[in-house]
Amino acid sequence: MITLPEVLSLAALLFCISIAGIFLNRKNVIILLMCIELMLLSVNMNFIAFSHFLDDIHGQIFVFFILTVAAAESAIGLAILVVMFRNKGSINIDDLNSMKG
Amino acid sequence: MNVDLIIILPEIILLALACLVLMVDAFSKDPLHLLTYWTTQASLLVVMALVLFYFPYKAQVAFNGSFVSDYMSAILKVLMCGITSVVFLYSYEYLKEHKFLKGEYFVLGLFAVLGMMIMTSAYSLLSVYLGLELLSLSLYAMVAMQRESKAASEAAMKYFVLGAIASGMLLYGISIIYGLTGSLDLLTISERINVDNVSHMHLIYGMIFLIVGIAFKLGAAPFHMWVPDVYQGAPTSVTLFISTAPKLAAFAMAMRVLVDGLMPLVSDWQSILIILAVLSMATGNIIAIAQTNMKRMLAYSTIAHIGFFFLGFIAGTASGFSASMFYIISYELMTMGAFGMIILLGRNGLEADMLFDFKGLSQRSPWFAFVMLCIMFSMAGVPPFLGFWSKWFVLQELVASGFVEIAVIAVLFSIIGVYYYLRIIKLMYFDEPDSMTTIKTSKKMHFVLSINGILILVLGLAPNILMSLCLMALAG
Repeated sequence: MITLPEVLSLAALLFCISIAGIFLNRKNVIILLMCIELMLLSVNMNFIAFSHFLDDIHGQIFVFFILTVAAAESAIGLAILVVMFRNKGSINIDDLNSMKG
Repeated sequence: MNVDLIIILPEIILLALACLVLMVDAFSKDPLHLLTYWTTQASLLVVMALVLFYFPYKAQVAFNGSFVSDYMSAILKVLMCGITSVVFLYSYEYLKEHKFLKGEYFVLGLFAVLGMMIMTSAYSLLSVYLGLELLSLSLYAMVAMQRESKAASEAAMKYFVLGAIASGMLLYGISIIYGLTGSLDLLTISERINVDNVSHMHLIYGMIFLIVGIAFKLGAAPFHMWVPDVYQGAPTSVTLFISTAPKLAAFAMAMRVLVDGLMPLVSDWQSILIILAVLSMATGNIIAIAQTNMKRMLAYSTIAHIGFFFLGFIAGTASGFSASMFYIISYELMTMGAFGMIILLGRNGLEADMLFDFKGLSQRSPWFAFVMLCIMFSMAGVPPFLGFWSKWFVLQELVASGFVEIAVIAVLFSIIGVYYYLRIIKLMYFDEPDSMTTIKTSKKMHFVLSINGILILVLGLAPNILMSLCLMALAG
């Protein structure tokens, strides 16, 4: 039988991996988008686990909303990525440096 | 009609009107988008009238406690619609001058207003999240709207990535709080923290993630990295929009989550907010001195103001929160005027967002130089302007709650801040202009910007009008 702490640890681990991915990744914006997606999914895992162990449906409903919002969010993210690629000709994170100070 | 539907009626009508504006824009062939523009303004007016017509004289809760309509939400909604309407007026001039007039701008703006209204009325963590995302997603798209601009697309990317991280953090915090209390409803959360034996340490763990999310959205240091780049890179009209109405929504969100939901943990979030406030005032005021770009300077000034705004929350009393509300409303008026001036000075597709663009403004246009003088003095906190009173009320509450050291630090940092505001005034009044080109502007813009400047002065002479409104909002 899987216990609540086990699921929460897995979710926390996924969350940490996604944060580390965002901050360590110095190459590609698409990897950033993947990390953001992973972050939201780890939160979903938390909600599902709590919902199951508390025997309360609200957590699962929240997950549906997060999934739809995440879809909209990645659509906008990819659209911005396309605009950026057209302007700069690259999607490297190192090229996002025209403004400083 | 169903009572729940009446409570949420302004939002439903706004949604319908936003869709209508989208259709109007799709079918009109007018290159000036006049019909779209006027439909948008009319929509905002209709929604404002509806909020006033159904003014909630006592708090009404709808949809099983996930949506509330009370004094605070009604007052904030009216202000949001009013401010957005002025922002659209400035934006229309800007978009026309810079030749990227698109109807989508207004549609996205209306959806952002809808998100803000939902955030303001949110009474459960789910509606807080949904309102926030509706607002943020519209703003990301608005920043990226100037498709040929390298700076805008870069700013949009940064805004998007950091905003998404903030949402992730906020959601993680929400999930922890939900797991501990078994509810998403803010009032139930607050009750269960008081009554049930919930582990204090775990609650703080969840709350920290929530506060990080809120701080990210407000742009408080150390989560301020996106603010300067977005303010500078985005088209000025979008910067104007981002820096005004959404700040009111962020205030409402902080009120709902921290005060309505997590009031039992007040001493814990106070100590976190102290760190955020002091860091924001320090970074904002000190780094702003080094800026040569006006928009970037105002971005750092925003960070400093947000730090000051948190001080009212640190006081932890109802009058402290109303001082914060007063602060954020007066900040809106000032920042609206300041970005309005940048829009006014820009011409033929060129942005006038460098500090030297303000050189000798008093010779080119004495009246607008005076308006800018009012705004800058007010931002610096010089009496009798509005900005002085907003700082005064916040500090008063802070001292009354016994945080004298923090108040002293705040005063010191705002003295540092005076330098860069006065520098603008010096540039306008004591330097020679580079060119004597006259400022062309439409009558509407001239009129509204003048009203804006005069309002800062008049409300500064009678601050009690606004303050009683803020006190009423939080007492109801």
